[in-house]
Amino acid sequence: MTTPLSDGSDWSFELLEDYHREIVRIAENFELDTYRNQIEIINSEQMLDAYASVGMPINYHHWSYGKHFMHSEQNYRRGHMGLAYEIVINSNPCISYLMEENTMTMQALVIAHACYGHNSFFKGNYLFQTWTDADSIIEYLVFARKYISGCEERHGVAAVESVLDSCHALMNQGVDRYKRPSPISMQEEQKRQHDREEYLQQQVNDLWRTIPVSKAADTEKPETLFPSEPEENLLYFFEKHSPLLEPWQREVIRIVRKVARYLYPQRQTKVMNEGWACFWHFHILHQLYLDGLVTDGFMLEFLQHHTNVMYQPDFDSPYYNGVNPYTLGFGMMQDLKRVCEAPTKEDHEWFPDIAGSPWRETLDFAMKNFKDESFILQFLSPKLIRDLRLFCVVDDAKKEYLEVSCIHNDDGYQAVRESLSQTHNLSNIEPNIEVYKVDTQSDRTLHLRHERHEHRPLDDNSTVEMLKHVRRLWGFNVQLDSYGDEKVKKSYHCDEDDVGAEEAEEKEAAEA
Amino acid sequence: MTFFIDRRENPKNKSAVNRQRFLRRYRKQIRESIRQRLDNRSITNTEHGEKVSIPARDTAEPFFHHGSGGRHTHVLPGNKEFTPGDKLARPKGGGGGAGEGEASDQGEGIDEFVFELSRNEFLDFLFEDMELPNLTKRELIGSDEVKKVRAGYSTDGAPGNISITRSMRTATSRRIALGAGKRRELHKLEAELAELRNQPTASMDTKAEELELRIDELRSRLSRIPFLDDIDIRYHRQVNEPVPTSKAVMFCLMDVSGSMDQNTKSLAKRFFILLYLFLERHYERTEVVYIRHHTRAEEVDEEEFFYSRETGGTVVSSALELMRQIINERYPTSEWNIYGSQASDGDNWPDDTQRCNQLLDQILPLVQYYAYIEISEHSPKALWKTYEPIQQSYPDVFAMQNITGAGDIFPVFQELFRKETA
Repeated sequence: MTTPLSDGSDWSFELLEDYHREIVRIAENFELDTYRNQIEIINSEQMLDAYASVGMPINYHHWSYGKHFMHSEQNYRRGHMGLAYEIVINSNPCISYLMEENTMTMQALVIAHACYGHNSFFKGNYLFQTWTDADSIIEYLVFARKYISGCEERHGVAAVESVLDSCHALMNQGVDRYKRPSPISMQEEQKRQHDREEYLQQQVNDLWRTIPVSKAADTEKPETLFPSEPEENLLYFFEKHSPLLEPWQREVIRIVRKVARYLYPQRQTKVMNEGWACFWHFHILHQLYLDGLVTDGFMLEFLQHHTNVMYQPDFDSPYYNGVNPYTLGFGMMQDLKRVCEAPTKEDHEWFPDIAGSPWRETLDFAMKNFKDESFILQFLSPKLIRDLRLFCVVDDAKKEYLEVSCIHNDDGYQAVRESLSQTHNLSNIEPNIEVYKVDTQSDRTLHLRHERHEHRPLDDNSTVEMLKHVRRLWGFNVQLDSYGDEKVKKSYHCDEDDVGAEEAEEKEAAEA
Repeated sequence: MTFFIDRRENPKNKSAVNRQRFLRRYRKQIRESIRQRLDNRSITNTEHGEKVSIPARDTAEPFFHHGSGGRHTHVLPGNKEFTPGDKLARPKGGGGGAGEGEASDQGEGIDEFVFELSRNEFLDFLFEDMELPNLTKRELIGSDEVKKVRAGYSTDGAPGNISITRSMRTATSRRIALGAGKRRELHKLEAELAELRNQPTASMDTKAEELELRIDELRSRLSRIPFLDDIDIRYHRQVNEPVPTSKAVMFCLMDVSGSMDQNTKSLAKRFFILLYLFLERHYERTEVVYIRHHTRAEEVDEEEFFYSRETGGTVVSSALELMRQIINERYPTSEWNIYGSQASDGDNWPDDTQRCNQLLDQILPLVQYYAYIEISEHSPKALWKTYEPIQQSYPDVFAMQNITGAGDIFPVFQELFRKETA
């Protein structure tokens, strides 16, 4: 019989090493493939700092981070909010911040959760592999911070701030949804940067060449669309094609774009990422218990935290705040293991290819090749739908009432699964806005096009505000048309020269 | 390979720059909020910062998102009695369950973004673009406050003040001084002894014995010189040096006669608060003297000054008289910067004018600045007219302004202490 590693809630660096050694052993037995770990102990104040810069260990200065800091500080001080036990950064080595206030149990839980759960997810999942470069992110952030503070010195804080404001506003429109990037290394990145600045400037101006050309060519030419294909990455479009920007402004746009791209996978894999991490802390800590390394008290404390995180209030509870991604993710991972190990007749019907397969490989496959939307669509089982008693309510603005469309029964499983998948689909949650064309022959008005999904309109106030930002980056007039059923339903303009002051008008287009 | 790194000792204020950026960006809103907040502050509460709230709408960062409308399918957990096809009334105001994906719609309200300013930040915001007039005296003033400074060494003092290097140096020199003669003789005898042994003679043995005896004696005497003696110990000497401090006293004069209602008084209070905070920033010590008056004047504490009610007529000169008297008794002008501030609704006994003028002629040369605010909608009233000639004779020291409502206080204050742009 082995003796427990420790008893009591105090931790020390020696104990952390002891626990960590055992956790590594178990994680290796489970064949978890991770980046190297760098575990840092921080205090609550530093945790607040980390919150403020969207979890990045280093970031450029911007007032909005100050705002977030003050907001969380105020909430924390007044006791409205607890702090996270840990923050983990998708970098290589994988940096995890542990709070010094945590008990020994919590530190062990957090090490298992972040350093082995999240870490292996970052390393394995295809989205992170294609979109982020864990090796260079820290270096890139250091570069970004230096570059932006250099710009502030040369051009003034206010000038840089206004560009950043507009870029931040458009951050969600700053990623390629359909294309795949080709990652390049940090060194190359820097080497290219200088050339790019000057080269780009020439390119842009060329679009509106003022040197007279022969008239014959001018007259009969049919109007060509620019851009030749709609562009959904607005920040990319401005970086490359906005006519009036200075080179440094293009680089600032690029920096925000890169950060947006780095964060994009996390937004698409919230359920999977947390589910995966919870699954592993659950199994690793249980293994510690089976090996006799932790006490009953340890397990009770751990289980209490675990169940708190997993709590899913019912829809009619005052605490209800959407489907808890931890509950859903952990539930699905556990369920997947069950389907592999002890499939029922129903499971054989729904998951013929994985029922009864080795669970470890199946889970790895699921972790590596999916994002929330596809993961739910592929693996949400009827059993879990029944357990959570999921049901769908259709809210159609055209009707006076809400309608329950499907529930957790034989007829409803597929529909519930599809609906839940769609609510995790970022391209449905966020409005689909593209650069449609530019009036290259007249006043350079930029035309944006919003395709309504399920007839959902844009929010008027924020859209008017947003167009000011778009106009600031574009430098000329902007028009946004909101399309539904192939027709313009509503148009927004931003015309005047002064971006900050004018009220953008909106008019109802003639409804058919 | 895994590293544990203890970051707890790292500097904390990573967000300080971002915080400053935020404060600068919302300067206008924050100042507005501070002005409103002044109502609730106690006059001498300057220990704390201030909670500030500015409209969340102003600080919002927009992004493209859907408005209400269109078709949404919500997936909810915890079904109890519903079956497909059930029709439900639409909940009002987006509350209850069907809120997913629409949370941002509810940002329309007048939510406030609340945060805390530190005391210094608060005062910076409050008093930017203002300065104290007539600062001449500030530099000159000494006082009985003292500070300990080191002034050489002494032979006695507290053990805590022992200067080790100085004591050791003294000990070394004492040892050298006491031992020098003996050591010289010792060396001589040793040389003699060595020579004697080199050239043996008949009487050598006795001579050598004598020498050895003497050498031993010298050695033992040398070894008895103490390494460190009480008389070696030196102490850092500390003397009291007077510290120049700048002190200010602020006289608050207020009319509490029947015509001053609570509202007028609270306007006056806010003015006094501002003045107090402002003086506090410029002087290391600021005292406040509260003088209230109707037909008689008396010195009271803060509580009584603002909240007790008296009735009766108004004789302003009684308060001025008391002020002059207090200055003479307690606040010699060589030590104190004196500021007078008077709030009144402008009523005064008509026969009092002459007396007021005389008293002010005596008081104004003593003070740095005297501000009179008249809280009245029907200004100018009797007191204003009384003071008008005075303002002309003492334009640098005497100022008066009219306040009609709460909104005026801060602008008037700013006007009184406007930074002179040279």
